Amino acid sequence: MYCTLKGPYRKIWAKQGGTTKQIALVLDEFIKDVFFAQERRTNMSKSPIIQIQNLNKTFKSGENTVMALDNINISIERGEIFGIIGLSGAGKSTLVRCINLLEKPTSGRIIVDEQDMTKLSERELRKARQSMGMIFQGFNLLMQRTALENVCFPLELAGVPKSKAKIRAKELLEVVGLTDKENAYPVQLSGGQKQRVAIARALATNPKVLLCDEATSALDPTTTQSILALLKELNQKLGVTIVIITHEMKVIEQICHRVAIIAESRLVELGTIDEVFRNPKTTAAKKLLYPQGEHVEKFTGKGKFLRLVFDGSSTDRPIIANMVLKCGAPVNIAFADTKNIDDKIFGHMIIQLPDNPATVQRMLNYLDEEQITYGEEE
Amino acid sequence: MLSSDMIQLMWIGLLETLYMTVVSTFVAYIIGLPVGLLLYVTDKDGIKPHTAINQIVGGIVNILRSVPFIILLVAVIPITRAIVGTSIGSTATIVPLVIASAPFVARVVESSIKEVDRGVIEASLSMGASTLQVVYKVLVPEALPSLIFGAAIATTTILGYSAMSGFVGGGGLGTIAINYGYYRSQSDVMLVMVALLVLIVQIFQEIGTWISKKCDKRIK
Ligand SMILES: Nc1ncnc2c1ncn2[C@@H]1O[C@H](COP(=O)(O)OP(=O)(O)OP(=O)(O)O)[C@@H](O)[C@H]1O
Ligand SMILES: [Mg+2]
Repeated sequence: MYCTLKGPYRKIWAKQGGTTKQIALVLDEFIKDVFFAQERRTNMSKSPIIQIQNLNKTFKSGENTVMALDNINISIERGEIFGIIGLSGAGKSTLVRCINLLEKPTSGRIIVDEQDMTKLSERELRKARQSMGMIFQGFNLLMQRTALENVCFPLELAGVPKSKAKIRAKELLEVVGLTDKENAYPVQLSGGQKQRVAIARALATNPKVLLCDEATSALDPTTTQSILALLKELNQKLGVTIVIITHEMKVIEQICHRVAIIAESRLVELGTIDEVFRNPKTTAAKKLLYPQGEHVEKFTGKGKFLRLVFDGSSTDRPIIANMVLKCGAPVNIAFADTKNIDDKIFGHMIIQLPDNPATVQRMLNYLDEEQITYGEEE
Repeated sequence: MLSSDMIQLMWIGLLETLYMTVVSTFVAYIIGLPVGLLLYVTDKDGIKPHTAINQIVGGIVNILRSVPFIILLVAVIPITRAIVGTSIGSTATIVPLVIASAPFVARVVESSIKEVDRGVIEASLSMGASTLQVVYKVLVPEALPSLIFGAAIATTTILGYSAMSGFVGGGGLGTIAINYGYYRSQSDVMLVMVALLVLIVQIFQEIGTWISKKCDKRIK
């Protein structure tokens, strides 16, 4: 049992030496946690935690005005991990910065936890910001403070007494796995460690929302994995809603429940990962999801081109191979871009069919049987 | 050889110079530090942009900075008299020294604060920091090494000014250099004065650099 105890439980357990009498304490903590988790889950059925309504943002620089956000509407549910993806300059950063009003919307409403952020006084806004954590691509740690002092920082801002703040900060550093680095200065930490400190810092005030602006973009793939795993764990354990901004598909695939695609200041698609990745409707989305794709016109040859769409239902059957075997004719795979998400295959593939109409018909029948979505390519 | 009276005089001059320099620098920082912070904060890219305040304060700073010290020294004599009661001696010299160096200090402070990473300021705002909290919990501590380095520069500049004030009876090493080294052509006195001034500048600069490095946690 000992080894399955986590963080605070283990501490209590160890401190009490595991006496029978004190097992109750551990159980108590455990029950409390379960209870809170339950409560959070019931909260999820309540109104969305973040509502972005008719959001517009224009920047004026001298003569020019840049429209950074054009009529954005998004609702983010309690407890979800919501991804926002788009190419560089699409307006993603501006969008998250509007959520905590680091950027003042030109028009529209931002409602966070039933509070209209745009209507708050400065004092109320500061209070509201304390219930939202934010992490950044560049970590943005205070360079003259140790890891522990960095985590204490938001607590100091909120007026928590120093000694209390320190205890809480230590807990958080334990959560992010950096207990041994509490006295290290940022310059002595690796990128991944810095981001862990930043995450601990963002969580210090027990925020309901964690905003992440390209939080993993400065990290190598392995470190990215570990940070994403940490975020996922925090989402599940603490029920904190996470908004992730990224230009990397992988990040979205791995941890997001829903995704919004922003292209040229507009929201072009929004839906579950399955919906959006299976069947991107807009060209902007396709371009983002399949950057190498869409060059069909280059293919030459007599046979028809067919685009197959994999929606995650055909994992365990080798579709193409079976089709070739069954119909007794080879096909030419002109292009393929598929992704494995949650062990399901998503993506699309372009194949060139043989010249023989009868064979083609057999192949189409086979695809129908297998319920593969397909369409003819020009 | 220098007479023992001369050495006695130089010793007093040295103490006077140190007294003027240290007190003036201190007072200049009491004024210049908040003004420098104000200039940064109210800048159009600052955390609380305020064009009017920024331009008025910035304007005053620029005007004071553009008056050559030797002219300012004479020009502010009425003010000095009003405050100290006399315009002669090292205490009186502190007044023009402060008036001349506070705007300089303000700019030095402003430029140190500008080195603070925008991202860090942004992050603290995102955590709900007020403008004042950003100033004293982020800007000053994060810029501290640079502020200390700047203070060393300010101190040595003020030391130079204090020597100049010797021309109008400001006291200290400057006065001795002018009275003995220049008017009485005692080149040995002049030489010792120059050597002493160079030495003090070196010491202040070295100490400043050392403390600045010592407190900078960005150095591994
Ligand atoms: N402070 C500003 N002043 C003027 N224009 C701005 C400002 N901030 C952003 N913009 C403009 O708004 C648009 C969106 O910028 P934003 O930073 O939100 O893009 P992004 O999607 O986050 O890009 P990236 O992936 O490169 O971070 C860009 O055209 C940018 O030039
Ligand atoms: Mg960005």
